[in-house]
Amino acid sequence: MPKSARILVAVAALLMCAGFVLPLWRVDLVAPQYPEGLGMLIRVNTVVGVKEQDLNSINNLNHYIGMKRIEPDAIPELKYMPAILGVLVVSALGVAALGKRGVLSAWTAAFGAVLAAGLYDYWKWGYEYGHDLDVETAIIKIPDMTYQPPLIGSKQLLNFTATSWPASGGWLLVIATALVAVAVWQSYRRAPISPDRVA
Amino acid sequence: MATFPKFRTLAGAGVIASAALLAFACAKRPSSGGLISADAAKAVYVAPGQYDEFYAFMSGGFNGQIGVYGLPSGRRLKTIPVFSQYPENGYGYSEETKPMLNTSYGFVPWDDTHHPALSQTNGEDDGRWLFINANNTPRIARIDLTRFETEEILEIPNAGGNHGSPYITQNSEYVMSATRFSVPVPNSDVPISDFKKRFKGQISFIRADQPGKMAIAFQMIVPGFNYDLARAGKGPSNGWVFFSMYNTEQANSLLEVNASQNDKDFVAAVNWKAIEGCAKAGKTKNVAASYVHNFTDEFTRVAKSETVTSVPQFEAKDCPGAIYFLPTPKSPHGADVDPTGEYIVAGGKLASVIPVHSFSKMIKAIEAKAFEGNIDGIPVLKYDATLAGEVKNPGLGPLHTEFDGKGYAYTSFFISSEVVKWKLGTWEVVDRVPTYYSVGHLMIPGGGTMKPNAKYMVAMDKITKDRYLPTGPELTQSAQLYDISGDKMKLLLDFPTEGEPHYAQAIEAKKIKDKQIKFFKLADSKAPHVSRSEKETGISREGKKVHVRMTAIRSHFSPDNIEGVQVGDTVLFHVTNLEQDWDVPHGFAVMGATNGELLIMPGETRTLQWTPKKPGVYPMYCTDFCSALHQEMQGYVRVSPAGSSVALSGVTSRGPQSLPKAEAGPKQQQ
Repeated sequence: MPKSARILVAVAALLMCAGFVLPLWRVDLVAPQYPEGLGMLIRVNTVVGVKEQDLNSINNLNHYIGMKRIEPDAIPELKYMPAILGVLVVSALGVAALGKRGVLSAWTAAFGAVLAAGLYDYWKWGYEYGHDLDVETAIIKIPDMTYQPPLIGSKQLLNFTATSWPASGGWLLVIATALVAVAVWQSYRRAPISPDRVA
Repeated sequence: MATFPKFRTLAGAGVIASAALLAFACAKRPSSGGLISADAAKAVYVAPGQYDEFYAFMSGGFNGQIGVYGLPSGRRLKTIPVFSQYPENGYGYSEETKPMLNTSYGFVPWDDTHHPALSQTNGEDDGRWLFINANNTPRIARIDLTRFETEEILEIPNAGGNHGSPYITQNSEYVMSATRFSVPVPNSDVPISDFKKRFKGQISFIRADQPGKMAIAFQMIVPGFNYDLARAGKGPSNGWVFFSMYNTEQANSLLEVNASQNDKDFVAAVNWKAIEGCAKAGKTKNVAASYVHNFTDEFTRVAKSETVTSVPQFEAKDCPGAIYFLPTPKSPHGADVDPTGEYIVAGGKLASVIPVHSFSKMIKAIEAKAFEGNIDGIPVLKYDATLAGEVKNPGLGPLHTEFDGKGYAYTSFFISSEVVKWKLGTWEVVDRVPTYYSVGHLMIPGGGTMKPNAKYMVAMDKITKDRYLPTGPELTQSAQLYDISGDKMKLLLDFPTEGEPHYAQAIEAKKIKDKQIKFFKLADSKAPHVSRSEKETGISREGKKVHVRMTAIRSHFSPDNIEGVQVGDTVLFHVTNLEQDWDVPHGFAVMGATNGELLIMPGETRTLQWTPKKPGVYPMYCTDFCSALHQEMQGYVRVSPAGSSVALSGVTSRGPQSLPKAEAGPKQQQ
């Protein structure tokens, strides 16, 4: 691995640390009655309202359609995610320290798998909340209507426009991913030119 | 002595007044005050979704409330109940708010509000609080401008008609109260003909700078005249307050004539810093009295009424330097201090000049002892020794003056129905505009402070004949908005107002709008009967009292059905609004309740007392259209005959389970 690639991986590891403090994902809900918007921030270990009471308000509104309450304590992923992120950060630093191209490749594959699994899990989570409605107590029942928020982008759900998008910590993860990709590219591009620098 | 006019009797003034009204009634009415109406419309148009530039707080006069309006649009935003019960939101009806209207006379459900005063810092409106007086049963209230709610009321002892009130000092140290009607002090059963001997006036300074701690700092007993209006000094005159007064004749009947005899009455210059010194030197005595202080706790949101049993009091003559009388022609009404603090403008209701006193000349006159006598030990200064100048022949019936901070004063003329703009220092009239009709107070945002924001002026009119669609014998009251940014005043807008606004205050919206509380935090609630969730609701009996702890949230009450209430019981519905969201109040009403309804803000607990008289089933429902299923937000109370064996139970809307019993009495706080 060239030195620049090792630095990039180390920087990516540091950027990933931001995921411990900054929100990863953000869901905004805007309706005529809520011009100021309601919003949720998904952090590595919890889900909170953008404003203090937003999650409570979203849960109260969701009772109309029979959606389960979003209770961060009852979402197991939020318990594992800090550990997974921690392992990724430490192992990335290890990759940078070792400077071995093969290790970098293996780590990158694992990192990609974790990101993909995370996105899939988030999609599944949205799917379950949006589909698993309590038809017994739901007040508003519209045949075939489901309320899955978009994975990314905007979608109209009754009177609400739901927008889902990475938040600051999520964008830093995106940048970290890009840095790792550049590091991989550098490692392989430079390999034939100066093989002595590849351990 | 200078000469003055002219009106020997009020009959003369009456003829002029009638003639003036008649002239207006006959005159062809200008449709837009002489301005191209499209320009005026543009100047006051606030597009849908846009905000007004100013909040205006207008006294409701005899409705006992405050009307909040946006300027320049004149749109009404809110009514804040202060001294009157307000059926719309249960103020003065709910158990939590009833104590606000308690007085030493018992529960007084009404009053007459006149003069709002915004709190100030360094002589500038700061937007923290608004104070207002109750004229009839003397009181002063504080309104918190983060909630637009009355949070504190202090009664004023030994006062009769709290009219000269509650003008405020430049750092909100004090608001004042001066008695309009002198009364026996202490009040007692004496012949009214003993007025001169037994009746006294009082001027009180009320500590204003801390919520919940309004108290009379000192009360000065003064001669038995009628004290009318006031304004605190500012800048160089900070530390002084100037009160107008009439009836120095000390008439006690037919004041219309008998109190209009003297060529001059007085403006009283009161030095509160000197009085603070006298109080520290022990010259005030705690005199027995009985008056109430009512205050709403921020966390319980329950009002408490406490009786205060003494007042720090002194006789004016016992604190030398506390007060001087400045002779002022004839029955002065307004006593207004300009933004520099140098000029005190008096509006002699029957005078044909506007006399202006100079603060610096007054100080020199006091030092030189330029006195023409004294009344009960209070020095009377010579008119010429304090006079800065007179505005000659300005109009008929000068009342109130406001300032633009650019060297001009604006005086309202009740009889000639106009506003006259004149220059401080040269005393020349530079412009005049008609009002429709019989203008009382004027208001310029910050016009009584050191920093007026003189874009607009509002004239508050007493009579609106032919200005609006007629509505039977009583017509709307009205305000008129003028553009005063240029040399000439321009009428922009008429807008109807509630009650009879006397004075008003206005402040740049940005000083208030971002400080608004959107809901009360349920987690912080210390309300004695709060239910923080549906699990905490309950129902219990204490003898003949039934406590129902309920919750309201879109779109149900919990419990929604209650049984086991008996004729002869008093039911207390303690309803907590569980919403934690802006602009989602819930209402609560029960068929046949003889008091009123509740309007419960998010996170708040309010209690409705209900005494059913007959067995039956009584519907209850939410009165504020809260959600798509608002109509479904309802329930029933079953009332059985006394001694019935129906068990006390409440059923939640989530299922038929019975509720746990509430602990008897208020919940204990940890």
